[in-house]
Amino acid sequence: MNQPSHSTPDSDVLVDIRDIHFTYGDRPILKGITLPIRRGKVTAIMGGSGCGKTTLMNLIGGRIKPSRGTLTVDGESVPDLRTRELFELRKRMGMLFQTGALLTDLSVFENVAFPIREHTKLPESILRKVVLMKLETVGLRGARDLMPSELSGGMARRVALARAIALEPMMIMYDEPFTGLDPISKGVIAKLIRQLNQSLGITSIVVSHDVAETCMISDYAYLVGDGRIMGEGTPTEVQKSGSEHVRQFMDGLPDGPVPYQYPADDYVTDLTRSIA
Amino acid sequence: MNTLRVLGGIVINSVERVGRAAMFLYEVLLGSWELLRRFYLVVQQVYAVGVLTLLIILVSGLFVGMVLGLQGYNTLVKFGSANSLGLLVALSLVRELGPVVTALLFAGRAGSALTAEIGLMKATEQLAGMEMMAVNPVTRVIAPRFLGGVIAMPLLTALFSAIGVMGGHLVGVGLLGVDAGAFWSQMQNGVDFHDDIMNGVIKSVVFGVVVTWISVFEGYDAVPTSEGVASATNRTVVYSSLAVLGLDFILTALTLGEV
Amino acid sequence: MINRKSLELWVGLFVAAGILALAMLAFKVGNLTSADVMDGYKVTARFDNVGGLKVKAAVTMAGVRIGRVSAIAFDNKKYQALVTMDIDGRYQNIPKDSSASILTSGLLGDQYVGIEPGGDEASLQNGDSFLRTQSALVLEKLVGQVIFNKAGESAPAK
Repeated sequence: MNQPSHSTPDSDVLVDIRDIHFTYGDRPILKGITLPIRRGKVTAIMGGSGCGKTTLMNLIGGRIKPSRGTLTVDGESVPDLRTRELFELRKRMGMLFQTGALLTDLSVFENVAFPIREHTKLPESILRKVVLMKLETVGLRGARDLMPSELSGGMARRVALARAIALEPMMIMYDEPFTGLDPISKGVIAKLIRQLNQSLGITSIVVSHDVAETCMISDYAYLVGDGRIMGEGTPTEVQKSGSEHVRQFMDGLPDGPVPYQYPADDYVTDLTRSIA
Repeated sequence: MNTLRVLGGIVINSVERVGRAAMFLYEVLLGSWELLRRFYLVVQQVYAVGVLTLLIILVSGLFVGMVLGLQGYNTLVKFGSANSLGLLVALSLVRELGPVVTALLFAGRAGSALTAEIGLMKATEQLAGMEMMAVNPVTRVIAPRFLGGVIAMPLLTALFSAIGVMGGHLVGVGLLGVDAGAFWSQMQNGVDFHDDIMNGVIKSVVFGVVVTWISVFEGYDAVPTSEGVASATNRTVVYSSLAVLGLDFILTALTLGEV
Repeated sequence: MINRKSLELWVGLFVAAGILALAMLAFKVGNLTSADVMDGYKVTARFDNVGGLKVKAAVTMAGVRIGRVSAIAFDNKKYQALVTMDIDGRYQNIPKDSSASILTSGLLGDQYVGIEPGGDEASLQNGDSFLRTQSALVLEKLVGQVIFNKAGESAPAK
């Protein structure tokens, strides 16, 4: 199962991704990614849009299977799990979707209560306490009776976060947690990610292209581009990296290894070409 | 050559879709099994699919019955058998119009809403979110809606037919002066419980399964964009209506098939 | 979202109304009450021609429905139609020498079996058959007869 690799597998690694390939139709999305994620740390996965970050999350969550390579979470090989075992594993994983993915027909309270109601048989009085505690963690205890449509983007994401920690998972995956938020909300989410990681010891995976916020909260960062790992290290190491690819991403240069131009014919010939 | 290829592509695509729909139905039925322990989820959907469709069904039923009364009277009176008006109204409603019109209205009102709801849940990652919370969306979201539709349809059909008969009575007896006794007795003599009423009930159950199945499948299979959900909703109404009319012919042919 | 209590109430009302409508269709519109023959017994009759008689057609006596036709078969030896009827158990005393005829309700109505009582002391039992029967009136034959008679009348006058 395990192949020789530059990092030895140890119990410190919660999610072990080795040489993962993934092809969507004929299009290769991931071309051999090795990406160990350590327990109790905040790991950032950064990269441009469409570089396969979300695919990586779906692979970890077992929603899709890799074409090649091994992927274990807490020692269990995710692609080989049967549905029932996969569901058991997912109860120990939280995931925060970009849109929040709150159930629109349930109130804030019921949304947070949802995973608890589905998976446990807690009596209503205890359930209420648990839910209010989770809501208090994200500072939205007062918003319990609102419907998701009445929440702002940042609040919706905080409710989703409260829901993700409802079952006290061992890890949480954040899919673009900062996208589309105002600076205050960004700060709140960043603080929450850090705080949850420290107080509950939850392993966190932050997939994002917001360089500043992500570097601020993460312990270790991977830079993904073109289906490969382009760079890795602590945020400071990554920021100082000399790699052209890493530089382009970190500094937000319009042109570089990731070309500005979508592949096309020569501009002049294209313009002067007569339409047959 | 190219046209042939396109045709082949269409055929392969549709066969694939039918296959997926069948697999999906199997999954939904498995999920329905588990729902027996959490029946409140189904009750909620009976409300959403049934109770909220009630008004349009009752109003349409009343008017269809009244129109049948008028039209039927005008034709029957030429043959001097206006007394058979009750029979005509009841038979048309119970055997054909009740199940078919109810199913068509149901597809337009409840079916399209189901597709849009599920499609939007998919587009806003609510279904994916459930999956990641280790909750099977087929069991939790799709199966209750499916069962709700299957339960609601026969009840709606019965209500449609019943109120339609009243509408026919209103026009025939109230307005046109057909004898009330004759209206009911001719009806009772002519309408057979097994051949006519059970036939209508069977039709409504079949339509309920098919229309709800199409609705939830189109929603679940929708491309998760606003355009995708719109075209899925559109497909639900078109396919459901075609399926209802086609199946109606088959079911009628099977049951009428002499004796 | 509507609260749980009123939701349950609405669904309850809806289901009750639906079942009520179904019951109305069954009893008031349909013939569930009158159609079912209760602990009936079977009698048979042979007809030269049953015309348009159908299974489930009414069997009446003095205009009152007492049973229904349960089967119509063709007797290959006697070249006659064999009609089996279910008679309601409440009507046990039908004289053995009663006659059965196929009648039509109205000019265009359904055909049914009418029974004329005879005078016998003994009554029909399960499996018995009517000895005297009268076939259905076939319109074509009737019309043919009328034309034939007319022709017969007018011939000598020529």
